[in-house]
Amino acid sequence: MRRFDKRVAIGVAIIGVICLLWLGATGGLIWSTLDENGRTILKDTVGERIVLLLGMWGVSLFAVGSALRWLVAYFMTAPARLAEEAQVLLGTDVKRQLVPSGSIENRRLTDLFNQLVQQREALRNEMDERVAEAAHNTEQEKNRLAALMSELTKSVVVCNLDGRILLYNNRARMQFRKLSQAPGAIGGTELIGLGRSVYGVFDRKLVAHALENIQHRLQRGAAAPSAQFITTTPSGQLLRAQMAPVRSPQEGNEPAKMTGFVLMLDNITREFEAQARQDSILHTLTERSRAALANMQAALDVLEYPDLEPDMHERLLKVLREETEGLGTRLREIKSSAVDGTVLRWPLEDMLGADLVAAAIRRIETIDNLSAVANQVDDSLWLKVESFSLLQALSYLAERLKQECVITTLQLRLGMGDGRAQLDLCWQPSADKATTEVIPGWETDPMRSGGEDTSLTIQDVVERHGGAFWFGRESEGGTVFFRFLLPLAAPQEHLETASVVRNESRPEYYDFDLFQSSAQTRSLEDSKLSELSFTVFDTETTGLDPANGDEIIQIAAVRIVNGKLLRHESFDQFVDPKRNIPAHTIPIHGITPDMVKGQPTIDKVLPAFHQFTQDTVLVAHNAAFDMRCLQVKEKVTGLVFDNPVMDTLLLSAVVHPNQESHRLEAITERFNINILGRHTALGDAMATAEVFLRLIPLLAEKGIFTLGQAREAAQKTYYARLKY
Amino acid sequence: MTKTVLIADDEPNILISLEFLMKREGYRVLLAHDGQEACDLIMTERPDLLLLDVMMPKKTGFDVCHEVRAHVDFKNTPILLLTAKGRDTDVAKGLAMGANAYMIKPFSTKELVQKVREMLGAAA
Repeated sequence: MRRFDKRVAIGVAIIGVICLLWLGATGGLIWSTLDENGRTILKDTVGERIVLLLGMWGVSLFAVGSALRWLVAYFMTAPARLAEEAQVLLGTDVKRQLVPSGSIENRRLTDLFNQLVQQREALRNEMDERVAEAAHNTEQEKNRLAALMSELTKSVVVCNLDGRILLYNNRARMQFRKLSQAPGAIGGTELIGLGRSVYGVFDRKLVAHALENIQHRLQRGAAAPSAQFITTTPSGQLLRAQMAPVRSPQEGNEPAKMTGFVLMLDNITREFEAQARQDSILHTLTERSRAALANMQAALDVLEYPDLEPDMHERLLKVLREETEGLGTRLREIKSSAVDGTVLRWPLEDMLGADLVAAAIRRIETIDNLSAVANQVDDSLWLKVESFSLLQALSYLAERLKQECVITTLQLRLGMGDGRAQLDLCWQPSADKATTEVIPGWETDPMRSGGEDTSLTIQDVVERHGGAFWFGRESEGGTVFFRFLLPLAAPQEHLETASVVRNESRPEYYDFDLFQSSAQTRSLEDSKLSELSFTVFDTETTGLDPANGDEIIQIAAVRIVNGKLLRHESFDQFVDPKRNIPAHTIPIHGITPDMVKGQPTIDKVLPAFHQFTQDTVLVAHNAAFDMRCLQVKEKVTGLVFDNPVMDTLLLSAVVHPNQESHRLEAITERFNINILGRHTALGDAMATAEVFLRLIPLLAEKGIFTLGQAREAAQKTYYARLKY
Repeated sequence: MTKTVLIADDEPNILISLEFLMKREGYRVLLAHDGQEACDLIMTERPDLLLLDVMMPKKTGFDVCHEVRAHVDFKNTPILLLTAKGRDTDVAKGLAMGANAYMIKPFSTKELVQKVREMLGAAA
């Protein structure tokens, strides 16, 4: 049955009323022109036939209604239907042709619309093909890079300018595992991982210094600048790192901007120890043999005197015997020390002397009330230096001069000496303090500057450069100075810039757009959930009352970085609770006393876990309980987990307020997530992570995008009132 | 007047020969077995020439040089460094610290004696 159309009814009603008014008005006019007789005749004629008149009025209205209905369907309903159908096509992926109806104009419009839909489909298909092709190429590039990286014998780590790791190879993972101080299988995962900070392993200032060096050279137009440094890790290992810049594509004549860096790492602890031993043996051999030879030579020279007393003669022979014996012993020692042939030197990099002076001035001027200027700097000199430790040395000397000799102005001088460069730190001695009395000993004291302690001494720094260092005074003017003799390098920047076509050597796999992470630059609270790094974790315990003696027996975690669950970067460790595991809890978590026996205790596991969670937001299901378990250990371990915390239980309540249950099982069922290993800590952490990833877009639908908004919404839910 | 030569070295075996050679040249000889003893002897005995080893306990030959040159009475006292440290940077440092000459061990005693004669002659 056709639908009743109000518009038609209103139309008919209006026309009916108009007709009645017209009839009434016309009748009234005729009535007024008639005399009494005429009116009687009219009344008699029409009065009895008024029903006929009204009947015709009704029939006419019906005809008008039918016509109106046809007109509305033809001119109004057809376009409206077309609009609705077009809206469906616009808003969904439905592919169909629209059936023309209504007026000629409407049919033409439908035809045109159908053509537009066809055109859109064709474009969509073409775009899909192109996207698929590009994705295929990217995948191929990724595979190529993965193959290349895995075959490299060097550890490679790629970071953005914030020091966040964006890419690393298997070799790097193995190496970081060796560097880790964490117990057992978890070792290394707390140090290396996508989105983690490389400063967990490297001194931030050291990396910043190397970056600054590279930036300077890039600005100078160097085509392939790189920097290298050696650093000791917190676990006492010695790493040699070579740093190369990753640059953004060049736009016009603008110089390419640095967007990150590649670190190639070698653990040189063993080689370095061997080298240090070898150096020490050779050093001792050379110097002691020289001394012994001198003793023998002098004794022999004296023995040639004919008038020698017998007593003196005997003493000199004894000297000869002792020195010969000593030499023999030393030679035997060298042979037995089995020095290998590895040659390893502290890496010295080529640096323009003027750059070093400028860097030193910048560094010295960070010390309060101390200024430094360059004076007589030969800007043609290229040095071979380990600039980080050298700058540390200059800054240390400057700070000591300020503190102990009341010096406020320093000058840096760089010139050519006898085959070496002379770098002088000069000052005018203060009248109040006799500089010469306090300075001896500075060379061998551990350097301390800007609140940083180092075990290095000036002597070590000088040793690295094969140079010399002393304190001197100019005969004229009274200026005093510390002088470093430093090795020279051949000028080489021309070689770097000339003949290298920029960007030509960029390998294809640089097409990865790995450098757009921006979450770090915003405050955490304002960061989007989709951009943050999360550690999703779960603990298994001996019971539900951590405050009264229940202990953690397993702790596991996975990470979410940039909206991706990193399954391979997991943390999973049993913990020896040093107490019994109640029998009734074993069926729940499946952990028997045998499984935790001999495992590391919580004071060993928590530091590694703490580092694993660094710079991330913690996520757990019913987080209040897990956090309580960590908090009761704060006193024992001294570790405070002050990361922001998110609870999937509360977030589920935010998203689905009408659901009865927000237990992990219920949520995973709602989201159709299969959990393997449910009630193992890692299984639950994985499930929680999957749940969390599905909650993020649902929260976004409710206008909750940032961490701050999510925490606020979670706080308002009923479940937030529960306390452990 | 008899000239006094101070010989400072922690190697007793070289002291025997050097003491003999210097005495044979007619000099009065003072012996020191470390840097501190050398400094003390210099201040009390005021020798005319110093023969200093570089690597000595308590104070190095460089330190002794530095201290001696800082003292107005010993600005012109000839100093000869005798050392097993043979790098050019060590030589440069020794000379910068105020030594007049630098001989690397092993050295010819004839050359040493000749050098001492020249230095004392020049200082006189």
